[in-house]
Amino acid sequence: MTQKLKLINKHSLRRKLFGYKLTDGLVFQIMIYVLLVTIGFVYVYPLLHMVSFSFQSLEDLLNPMVSQVPTTFYLQNYVDAFTVLKYFETMGSSLAVTLLPAIMQTLIASLVGYGFARFEFPLKKTLLALVVATYIIPPQVTMIPKYVLFFNIGILETVWSIILPATLGQGLNSAIFILIFYQFYKMIPKVLDEAAQIDGASRIYTYFKIAIPLSIPSFITSFLFSFVWYWNETYISTLFLGSGVETLQMRLADFVSEYSSILGSSQAINYANEAVRMAATMLIIAPMLIVYFIMQRWFIEGIDRAGITGE
Amino acid sequence: MKKILQFISKILKKVGHFLTHNWFIEISNKEIIWFHKFHQTITNRFRESIQGYAFISIWIFGFLTLTLYPLVTSIFYSINKVTITGGQGIQFEMVGFDNYVQIFTTDLDFMQYLQSFIGDIILQVPIILIISMLIAILLNQKIKLRGFFRSIYFLPVIIVSGPVINELLQQDAGSIPLIQELAVIETIEAALPAFLAEPITNLFSEIIIILWFSGVQIVLFLAGLQKIDGEIYEAAQIDGASPWESFWKITLPSLRPIILVSAVYTIVMLATFSTNSIIKHIQTLMFDTSRGYGYSAALSWVYFIVVAMILGIAVLLIAYQKKPKTKKVRG
Repeated sequence: MTQKLKLINKHSLRRKLFGYKLTDGLVFQIMIYVLLVTIGFVYVYPLLHMVSFSFQSLEDLLNPMVSQVPTTFYLQNYVDAFTVLKYFETMGSSLAVTLLPAIMQTLIASLVGYGFARFEFPLKKTLLALVVATYIIPPQVTMIPKYVLFFNIGILETVWSIILPATLGQGLNSAIFILIFYQFYKMIPKVLDEAAQIDGASRIYTYFKIAIPLSIPSFITSFLFSFVWYWNETYISTLFLGSGVETLQMRLADFVSEYSSILGSSQAINYANEAVRMAATMLIIAPMLIVYFIMQRWFIEGIDRAGITGE
Repeated sequence: MKKILQFISKILKKVGHFLTHNWFIEISNKEIIWFHKFHQTITNRFRESIQGYAFISIWIFGFLTLTLYPLVTSIFYSINKVTITGGQGIQFEMVGFDNYVQIFTTDLDFMQYLQSFIGDIILQVPIILIISMLIAILLNQKIKLRGFFRSIYFLPVIIVSGPVINELLQQDAGSIPLIQELAVIETIEAALPAFLAEPITNLFSEIIIILWFSGVQIVLFLAGLQKIDGEIYEAAQIDGASPWESFWKITLPSLRPIILVSAVYTIVMLATFSTNSIIKHIQTLMFDTSRGYGYSAALSWVYFIVVAMILGIAVLLIAYQKKPKTKKVRG
């Protein structure tokens, strides 16, 4: 009797550990969690490193015993980074070349996406292919003529050199946003539009009263991505904005020279410089982190819902 | 206030009426009359295409002025020697294909950058795709905290930018300390010939950066995985398929479109990211007076063609499917 019980116990223990299928045993579950946590750690390691480094005082930096966790809560690095970045002043212009293009790009992408999704017209397939093509063309090819063009119409080194392309649907990754809206509007049943038209609504009216309210989630997702990408973009903005408008990212790029010119440099300060630079980097990604933690589900579910995958 | 609005709308109506009823064009509900002479009936189809074009007109305008025109101009620049003088503006001197010849004969830096870029792409794209697919499969298991893990893996997408990545690489935060401690890199360098070892050691020293580039792809794959019907797996299991087999026969084929989208996304992202050495090279040469705009325009065209070729090859590799042999039955 006891022997039989033991056997059953042994059996059920094995079942618990390894499951009936490959994927529902305890061992497998633990393995998954271990893997996920390890990969997650690798992902956030640079961030953790940055945070801990940015709080270290000079003594901590020179002390070989202190490698990760700072001994004191040292804020001077952040104060220095603030002054060198001219944080609040630069923040204004940074937001100007981030928020405005993002808003314009989203609105235009929605309009164009609606046009492609709802109407049949000659050359539609070709034009859609061209939309995709604008995504693939490296910006370097069109950059130089654009530079000359913007110089000629006098918007070089102003905010408009970033806003204008966004308004004309040729901004940063505009094609992606147009495709997102295109996909979304294709999913809305056409019957809704037809009903509105029978009641006498014009096409524009239908767009504003039916399409836009239904696509608010797409608007939010597109705006967020557009915002983040414009914030992180430095290559084109450095070229077009030049010395006219200075963004936070641009100041970070030449942080070292700015640092020594504003705060002066000596050996010790040079060493601390690295910690200050980490603090500056933290300050620059901080707004994005805040946006991400508040609006997190819109970022990720947005990609799901956008239906890029459904093509 | 109401009166002012009424007045404005009255004026607008007048203007609108004038625009649609004048000697040049007269638009009524059913037909358009050009110059009081040529009648053209408006069909529903015609109306729809006009409306469609009206919606996308702003994009078409933008495409013509900010993409097509610069593209054509850039070709023109690339076959010229462009000099910019303070007084007279831009001067062109036709040199034919000299700029292109120069790229392949004298610009050793560019060729070297191009070589390492192609090497990086060949190595990194598959790795990014495989890693993001594996992570997506892990996330797709029955686990708690899926949302939490997903948002951690997606986090880097929000913060990667050229300067930030530069700072991290300078701090050696782009690599895991364990890799340095175990001297993985030295071992590889000793064991493999240089042309093989270099890209692989690069890979290890920038492993985190590579992972950071795969946030979007993970979410794409996860979305794709969740669209696969669970019943297919059950059916396969009943027929005696092992999980390994059902991965190759069910999961992978159904993910094919997503692999394609992710591959294109990854390649374009790697090709346009601002720490890319070719891009930097093109930019520095732009303001180099001895070579000038023309030369860097030619460079960017060569780069464009290379990227387009890589994309084309990737699309062909992924989209190409062996058609199953079916016997034709004559009826």
